[in-house]
Amino acid sequence: MAAVFSGAPPQGGPGYSFSQTPKAAPSGERQHGFYPYTDNGGSTLGISGATFTILAGDTRSTSGYNINTRCAPKLFKIGGEGPDNKGARIVLSVVGFAADGEALKERLDTIVKMYKYQHGKPMSVSACAQRLSHILYNKRFFPYYVHAILGGLDEDGKGALYSYDPVGSYEREQCRAAGAAASLIMPFLDNQVNFKNQHVPGSGTGHELQARVAVPLPQPAVEGLVRDAFTSAVERHIEVGDELQMMIITRDGVEETYTPLKKD
Amino acid sequence: MFRNNYDNDSVTFSPQGRIFQVEYASEAVKQGSVVVGIVSKTHAVLAAIKRNAEELSSYQKKIIPIDSHYGIALAGLASDARVLSNFMKQQSLASRLTYDRAIPLSEITLRIADRAQTNTQQYGKRPYGVGLLIAGVDSKGPHLFEFQPSGVTQEMVACGIGARSQMARTYLERHLDSFGGCGREELIKHALRALKESLSQDKELTVDNTSVGIGGIGENFALYEGQDIAEWLDATFENREGGDDEGGDAMETDS
Amino acid sequence: MNHLPQAWGRPRDDVYGAYDPSHFQNAAPNQHTQSPIVTGTSVVAAKFKDGVVIAADNLASYGSLARFTDVKRLRKFNDEVVVGFGGDVSDMQYLDRLLNSLDIRENYSNTESSLNAKNLHTYLSKVMYKRRSDFNPLWNHLLIAGLDGDAKPFLASADLLGTTFSSPTLATGFGAHLAQPIMRRTIPDEAAVQNVSKDDAISLVKECMKVLFYRDARSMDKYSIAIITKAGVELTEDERLENQSWAFAESIRGYGTQVN
Repeated sequence: MAAVFSGAPPQGGPGYSFSQTPKAAPSGERQHGFYPYTDNGGSTLGISGATFTILAGDTRSTSGYNINTRCAPKLFKIGGEGPDNKGARIVLSVVGFAADGEALKERLDTIVKMYKYQHGKPMSVSACAQRLSHILYNKRFFPYYVHAILGGLDEDGKGALYSYDPVGSYEREQCRAAGAAASLIMPFLDNQVNFKNQHVPGSGTGHELQARVAVPLPQPAVEGLVRDAFTSAVERHIEVGDELQMMIITRDGVEETYTPLKKD
Repeated sequence: MFRNNYDNDSVTFSPQGRIFQVEYASEAVKQGSVVVGIVSKTHAVLAAIKRNAEELSSYQKKIIPIDSHYGIALAGLASDARVLSNFMKQQSLASRLTYDRAIPLSEITLRIADRAQTNTQQYGKRPYGVGLLIAGVDSKGPHLFEFQPSGVTQEMVACGIGARSQMARTYLERHLDSFGGCGREELIKHALRALKESLSQDKELTVDNTSVGIGGIGENFALYEGQDIAEWLDATFENREGGDDEGGDAMETDS
Repeated sequence: MNHLPQAWGRPRDDVYGAYDPSHFQNAAPNQHTQSPIVTGTSVVAAKFKDGVVIAADNLASYGSLARFTDVKRLRKFNDEVVVGFGGDVSDMQYLDRLLNSLDIRENYSNTESSLNAKNLHTYLSKVMYKRRSDFNPLWNHLLIAGLDGDAKPFLASADLLGTTFSSPTLATGFGAHLAQPIMRRTIPDEAAVQNVSKDDAISLVKECMKVLFYRDARSMDKYSIAIITKAGVELTEDERLENQSWAFAESIRGYGTQVN
């Protein structure tokens, strides 16, 4: 049956120009099949503090050079009550292939909701983090093409932040940037959150030189870092922009804000 | 000695056209403690008496919130209800996922009714030994459905099932006309009074043995137990004799 | 007679040679769609104060051949939802049948609560995502226009990968390049929707159809347009771009047939 249609005109995309004469005989193997992934751009980041965790992401969704929409949130509350997730204490951010991100979010959300229904108590962040890793790992041969970051508060009330690769490797961290502008934001975070390449002034030279010790930052300082990171990323990356979605998880719950970014 | 030959399974009719196993299942519902449900134009309320098997044991769960828009109250075999409620939870989540829609109450009722019916028509199966009241709000407003082991379901304005529920139903029938216009608090009072009717004289409604579930337009279905219902109990039964420990506790928390 | 029943009724081996059973199975394995064949081009849509306008032309192309010139690519689902299809036409027809069966199922099971645009968009996006995950995509880009659960205007898209997004204006295919910038000029964000009247939105979408007719080689001047409001769906399937023609091209040197 394949041979009947293989002579169909749209060979490997639209033929624009007159000079594009058929290159090969209609038969033979077709090179380009269906590729099930795309990159919808955007960037996310998360920073955990002593009593809070902040997750942030821009709301631009792209296809190549097109902007699909200026308002596509990448941060999702997980496991709250009902469709709008009231009272949720866990936030998931996903960046990469948006359809996989959506599917991943819905699977995790359903699992955490079922956990609460069956056990009568909300799932802990560490349990949720491990479960998310398993979800990703179970699909490692056809992965969810996303970089996920999970945020919340641990059993001691300290900020908890977990970051993942598409096949489920995960790690608890102080801060993580993911997505299109990760390579722009992450070094900034290393320097400003973990004080990398910062030294105690006057501690000496060479081996005497002492690294500045990282301490958990206060919430307003972290909010400032997040805003700076994104306004800078917007300047240098075309897939980042439009609006900044932030979720701040404290013991009082999750506070969600949207602030404008440049739309160019 | 007479022996009934037509009650060995749920697929054989008696010559009188009855299926005894199904009728016995309905008896199981009557063994369960009473639950009542009422709907107004804006709210749907469930109220239930909880029993504990012995002093030292916990109280049996009577009201289960399923989705954010509805919950169920059960009378009969709690374990059968758990199986049904798990099924309902799954179906509700599936509806949210595939259609982004709160499953209509008529729909979920129909689905468990179909399940219950197959148990009455397949050899080797046992009918569910539990009756349910399904109450909540969907896009068409508040609803209350009654579910029976036979697979029969009905939409109700008010309903009571379980042990001695006839007294509760009598109360509900007497006040039937007033329910439609009731506000939230008024409806809860009616439900608690109906519940009280079917209680034996020496028993009282306390914060320990009573559960209340409420859903309303713009209000998620929520389960209230313990001290959360103390105020309603006090307001409903103002002229109640004192000396009730739980009641006393409630007063303290109020002040 | 042969003792093996399997051989009964078959040509005798000693006369015709060994029986060739190869025709019992297909020569090639079943194939999934690897590329679209007959395609529809852009669908454009815009929200306005109390509804949504959506339009798509009536052309189905076979490559660069304008193959079918009366194909309706807007499908009314019920009184508050219209789906617009870009991409493969046979997959569109499959989705059409799917929506029919969904509609029938809904009407049987439920007491009058029908699916709104948001419900349908969620459903269709799950269908698209499932099919892409099976490596058997429905080669379409859909726009779902209508009203959501609160009777507010709703417009969202779903494509062959299962990607979904929503925006006050949307366009598929070539329209994403040509129509979106035009529509975003008048409706840049959700807030701006409130200042757009029904007539504004209609003329905006019609303007886009005109631009697409002139600049998209796989387009046509005959198109369908639907307006969805609380009052219901107004669907016209034989709209024509007024006073627009490619006739002038003939007189331009290098464009049409040249006499000298």
